Amino acid sequence: MDSLSGVRILDITRYAAGPQITLLLAFMGAEVIKVESMANIDHFRREESAVVFGSARASADCFNSLNANKLSISLDLSTTEGVELAKRLVHISDVVVDNFRAGIMDKLGLGYDVLKEIKRDIIMLSASSHGATGPEKGYIAYAVTMGALSGLSEVTGYTGGPPVIMRSSADLRPGTTAAFAILAALNYREETGEGQFIDFSAREALSCGIGEIIMDYTMNGRVRTHNGNRDDIMAPHNCYRCDGEDKWVSIAISNDNEWAALCQAIGNPAWAEDERFSDQLSRWQHQEELDKLVEAWTNTHTHYEVMNILQTAGVAAAPSFSNEELFNDPHCRERECFATVQHPEEGELYVLTPPWKFSATPARVTSPAPLLGEHTEYVLTELLGMPEEEISRLVAEKVLY
Amino acid sequence: MPKRALASIKVLELCHDVAGSYSTKLLADLGAEVIKVERPGHGDAARNSPPFFHDIPDPDKSGLFLYLNTNKLGITLNVTTATGKDIFQELVKQSDVLVEDNPPQYMTEQGLDYDSLKELNPRLVMASITPFGQTGPYRDYKAYPLNIFHCGGEGYLTPGGVENIGRPPLKVGGFLTEYDSGLSAAIAILAALYWRRKSGIGQRIDISKQESLMALNRLDMVRSANEGEVITRAKQGVPYGGALPCKDGYTVFITWESVQWDRLVKFMGDPEWAHDEKFKDYAGRYKHGELINALLTEWLVNHNKEDLYHQGQAAGVPFAMVYSSKDLVDSEHLTAREFFAEINHPKTGRVKYPSAPYKFSETPWQVTRPAPLLGEHNEEIFTRRLEHSREELAKLGAAGVI
Repeated sequence: MDSLSGVRILDITRYAAGPQITLLLAFMGAEVIKVESMANIDHFRREESAVVFGSARASADCFNSLNANKLSISLDLSTTEGVELAKRLVHISDVVVDNFRAGIMDKLGLGYDVLKEIKRDIIMLSASSHGATGPEKGYIAYAVTMGALSGLSEVTGYTGGPPVIMRSSADLRPGTTAAFAILAALNYREETGEGQFIDFSAREALSCGIGEIIMDYTMNGRVRTHNGNRDDIMAPHNCYRCDGEDKWVSIAISNDNEWAALCQAIGNPAWAEDERFSDQLSRWQHQEELDKLVEAWTNTHTHYEVMNILQTAGVAAAPSFSNEELFNDPHCRERECFATVQHPEEGELYVLTPPWKFSATPARVTSPAPLLGEHTEYVLTELLGMPEEEISRLVAEKVLY
Repeated sequence: MPKRALASIKVLELCHDVAGSYSTKLLADLGAEVIKVERPGHGDAARNSPPFFHDIPDPDKSGLFLYLNTNKLGITLNVTTATGKDIFQELVKQSDVLVEDNPPQYMTEQGLDYDSLKELNPRLVMASITPFGQTGPYRDYKAYPLNIFHCGGEGYLTPGGVENIGRPPLKVGGFLTEYDSGLSAAIAILAALYWRRKSGIGQRIDISKQESLMALNRLDMVRSANEGEVITRAKQGVPYGGALPCKDGYTVFITWESVQWDRLVKFMGDPEWAHDEKFKDYAGRYKHGELINALLTEWLVNHNKEDLYHQGQAAGVPFAMVYSSKDLVDSEHLTAREFFAEINHPKTGRVKYPSAPYKFSETPWQVTRPAPLLGEHNEEIFTRRLEHSREELAKLGAAGVI
C-alpha cells in the first residue's frame, strides 16, 4: 500500500531541484513519468557531469539517487508532435511539474492555460529559481548562486572569513518544499475537484529557512553575518577536533545542568571550576578559551567515544560524519537508511531510503532510475494505446529521441 | 472567504522545538486549523529565543516564535496532570493530525502514545519529530541544530574547498536543519492524509531530523558505498567561479554548461587568456579551476556586484551576489513578488515576515492571524469547543492545568 498510489505525475524537470520534487512523490507511490530527450538531456546524463563527479559511474550514481522509482519517456518537446504527445500525457495525469526558467513552458505551448483546457483539474507546478514574476524572472541560477541570493551564504562561514557557497542541498531543499506545495494542491483537488497553477521560486524557498534572521532585520535593523559554529546564547557550541585524521565532534551546551553533566563526564578538570565559566553568560563570553580546553579533551578521544561518553551523561554531542561513516553507522544500519537497486548498466547501486517512516504505508525504493527512454513503449502503448507502427514512425522522425 | 488549500484539516501540536512548530506553520499558512498546546507558564522554547522585537526579551515578542506560529490558535495545557490528559484526549478526538517532538519515551510515559490515541481516534495521523527517530541505538540521544547539521552529513562537507581541510566543519547559519525536518514532516503528514481519504484510517509517522538532513544530501550519501569515494571538504566546491571578490564585496557565479563559459568570455570583453589551449574544453577548465579563478578575479575586482549580477544575467551567465537579510528586504524583485508580508501583532505592531515560495492560483498563502499570545485561545477552545464552563476554566487555571 502506497500513500500516493493512483497519482500520476508528468515530470518535465532536469538537474537536481526538479527531480527531487518528483522523487519524493515517487517514494510514496506516485507514478512519475520523466520526459527527457537527447535534444535536451538531463545534466547528470551529460559528459560534463562525469567530469564534475569524477567518473561516468559517479554521475550515473547521482542520477540514480535523484530519479529512482521513475519511468522515462524520450520525447523531444522542441518538435510539434512531441508537444502534442505531451498534451496527451497531460490528459491522463494529475500533476505536471517543470523546472524551466519562467516562460519556457508557455513558449513550448505547454503553459497552464493550455494544460487546463486539456484537463480541467490539472495541478501544474513550475519550479524556477526566481519565480514567474518580478524583474529578475527568467534569470538563470543553480544551487551555488541561489544559496547566495537566498541569504544562506551570508550567514555561513568562519568568523571574519568569506561567505560560504551552498552545496547540492541548496537544490534539494527547494525541491522538497515544492513537493509539499503539490501535496497541498492535491488535498484541495480531492476536496473540491479543482486544480491550480503553482508558481514556485527556489531562492525564496531557501530564504524561508532563515526566517528569524530576516525578522531580526525587519524588527531590529540588525544585519546578521557568519560566525562559524557559534550560537547567540549557547557555549560551548562548536565542532571540536578528535583523535584521527579530519575527525570532529559537535558539542552544544544550553544550560547549567548540561554544563555540570559535561564537566562530570570529562572528569571534572580543574578549569571547570574557573570563575570565567561559572554561568551561561560567562561561558559564552569566554568561549574562545573554553573551546581550547574542551578540544584538549576531545583530541584525546575518537569522535564516537566523545559521543558515547557525553550522550550517556545527557549532553548533546554528535560527530561530524562523512558519507562513509554514515553508511557504516550502526544507527543508520538499524534504521535501514540505505537500500540497493539493480541498475541495468551499473549493477548494484545503493540509494538512500526515504526520510519518513510510515506505519501503514511505508515509503520505499522500488526501482533504479530509468535509462533514457526505457519506458517509452510502455507509456505510449499501455497508457495511450498507441499502435506499434505509430511509435516506429515517431522514433524515425526523432520525435521520440 | 478566500479559498484555502488545507481548510478541512484540524491539527493539534505538542511541540517545543523549531522543527515541529515549522511543520504545523506550513499547514496553518495554507488554511489548516492548528491548535498549539504550550506548557502553562513558560510556553514554547522559541518564546525565550532571540531575536526579540526591539531587543526586549518578552515571551510574546520573539521573532522566531512569531515567524513559526502564524495562523495558529494557542492554548496552555499541562498534559502531565490527569485533567490535562483528559482535555488533551478530547482534543485528539477532534483532530486529524497530531504533531509532537518529545523524546521517544515521553508520550508513552504520559499514556498519550499512538496506540492509546488511535483507540480514541482511528483516523488520527500522528507525526513524531525527534533528533534520531523512534528506533535505533541513538533514539534517546540529545541533539541541537548544531549537532544535527554535523551528524546529518552536511557539516562535514561545509565549507567546500581544499583550503578548509585542516579547519573545523561548519554549520549553516540559524536553524536551517530544523526547518528541513519540519518540512519533511509536513510532506509525510499530507501524504498520510491523502491515503486516509481512500482508506479511512490514520497512521504513525516517525521523522528523524538526522535523516531529514541526509535526504537533502543524497547525492553524497551513497558515493562511498557505490564508488568508494569518501567526500570531504577538499573535494567539494566548484571547479571555478563560486564566491569571488569583486570591487564592492563578493560576486557569485558558476557555469555548468559550456555555452555559459563562452558567454562569460564574451561578457568579459574576450580577454586573450581565455583562449588558452588549457581552457578549451570543459575538462580542461575543470582541471585548471584555480588558475581561472585567479585570472577572473583580476577582472572582477574592477566591477561592482550589482552590475555583475544583472549585466551578467543579461549576457546569459548565471551571476548572483551574496545577499544579506537587508538586501533581501530591499530587493526589488522580492518586493515585486510580495515575498515579504506585513503582519500586525498586538505586541509589535506591523512587521515584515517572509511569506512562502509558492504562489497558488486558487488557494493563496495567507496570514489571517498572527502568532498567539501565551494561552490566548484558552477560553475559545476550552469553553466554546470543549464546552467546559467558565467556572471550570478558572479552576483549571488555579490548579496549573491550563
